[in-house]
Amino acid sequence: MKEEAAPIKTETFMVNMGPQHPSTHGVFRMRLSLDGEVVVDVEPIFGYLHRGVEKLAEGRTWVQDVTLTDRLDYLASMSNNLAYVLAVEKLAGIAVPERAEHIRVIMAELSRIASHLMAVGSFLNDMGAATFTPLIYMFQEREKILDLFEMTCGQRMTFNYIRIGGVSCDLPEGFIPALTRFLGEMPRFIDEYDTYLEDNEILLARCVGVGVLPPDKAINASVSGPSLRGSGVRWDLRQADPYSIYDRLKFDIPTGKNGDVYDRYRVRMEEMRQSLRILGQSVRDLPGGDYRTKVPVTFRAPAGEAYAHLESPKGELGFYLVSDGSLSPYRFKIRAPSFINLGVLRDLLIGCKVADCVVTLGSLDIIMGEVDR
Amino acid sequence: MIGAGIVKGMAVTLRHLLRRPFTVQYPEERLPLPERFRGNELIWLVEKCTGCNTCAKACPHGVIQVETSAKLDENRYFVEKFEADMGLCIFCGLCVEACPFEALYLSREFEKATYRHEDMFRRRDDFINAQKNFSGYFYPYLDKERPKRLEGW
Ligand code: SF4
Ligand code: SF4
Repeated sequence: MKEEAAPIKTETFMVNMGPQHPSTHGVFRMRLSLDGEVVVDVEPIFGYLHRGVEKLAEGRTWVQDVTLTDRLDYLASMSNNLAYVLAVEKLAGIAVPERAEHIRVIMAELSRIASHLMAVGSFLNDMGAATFTPLIYMFQEREKILDLFEMTCGQRMTFNYIRIGGVSCDLPEGFIPALTRFLGEMPRFIDEYDTYLEDNEILLARCVGVGVLPPDKAINASVSGPSLRGSGVRWDLRQADPYSIYDRLKFDIPTGKNGDVYDRYRVRMEEMRQSLRILGQSVRDLPGGDYRTKVPVTFRAPAGEAYAHLESPKGELGFYLVSDGSLSPYRFKIRAPSFINLGVLRDLLIGCKVADCVVTLGSLDIIMGEVDR
Repeated sequence: MIGAGIVKGMAVTLRHLLRRPFTVQYPEERLPLPERFRGNELIWLVEKCTGCNTCAKACPHGVIQVETSAKLDENRYFVEKFEADMGLCIFCGLCVEACPFEALYLSREFEKATYRHEDMFRRRDDFINAQKNFSGYFYPYLDKERPKRLEGW
């Protein structure tokens, strides 16, 4: 009897990455189908952090809903507060004092820097650039921003600071000197981290040409924020549809060329510098006066609907509110940038190596509090 | 040159190595708390409270329960019950902002962990006997009475 040589059979196999995985940025799970080292299919699975914020908000009053927005993107709560409040103010036509507008911009830009520091730090950490070191360096700077927030509103994460009609309390004594000092020190730190990582061969080898997101695909998938600008699309709501006082501020919109992981990282680094520029201008022009238009505890928005959006650190964060004239919203819809940016993940990952999955995911800078809400 | 970037990176690491440590050894060393720190305790002043229930209505989580006597006593109601389940509280400060009689404050205490949920429940007497470490949140004039935290970071 002669044995026939059977052809070697290959099968794809399944790997579960997450939900408890240090590099999936929260409880996020990817079911990878692998052919050797190459990814052939990805199924992102989320919902582990679902709290039903949109429904909870319908049971609370307009004023109380600010506390729920804190818990979406918990690394940049100020932006979330602001986006919701902008929508309510648009709905009810409330005017905001000039000083409050400036304070809001200061807070939003500070939280952009804090969020980008965290994004860049954890992204480098995902890459295993130097085990834990970059993240800890970034945390040092972020700590100073959190100190500024704590000084102003009393908390370090869930600020609940921006109110319908203004902000909850005025800037404390000593805030402006501390912020000025921060603005003086920060450029040096950003430059330092840049030299640290910009032409690091390992970083370049891991990043350049990985996870390329072409601009047309990014636009079709409705990607926004640094991930979109990394692909070379010059779109930033602060200039495309200015809100608050952004139309009076001068800043550039950094964009990338290739849309790869490296470009997204560079865009974030550059955006921090631009945020410092904005901060410098709004501190310089900070007027005196009132910081809040009083809104009663039993505030009722007039019947109608409104959509307001802003450029949060992760992308376009929008709130769509419907009011029936009662104490609480009739419908409370959140357009969460992380969730929508996650839509391109599958396209980015198919065909790449397993080791690049984590880096690509890290470069999209998602945050599960916002994805699942 | 291959490796130049890594050498540069190492130089940054070295510089960080020689810096003053940024962290503190927590239970022994403590960072100064800002004046407005929203700690996890409420302070209620029985003599100022009128039992108007505004704070309970302002709270997003129904933490506070207020009940008053049915009859007026010397032109005010007696607050028979003022309870709060601090285990549900998110320390948002909305109740403090809502109180029209300045009877409610946040505290600057933060080490309030307990073994059981029931221990987080505050009754009327607990509030009256509690140590009061007022936070300047929403009442900035309280800041002025305390030495300033100026050095920051
Ligand atoms: S701090 Fe916020 S959650 Fe706590 S009792 Fe007051 S309103 Fe309620
Ligand atoms: S709002 Fe103030 S006065 Fe009214 S019940 Fe609450 S603590 Fe008392």
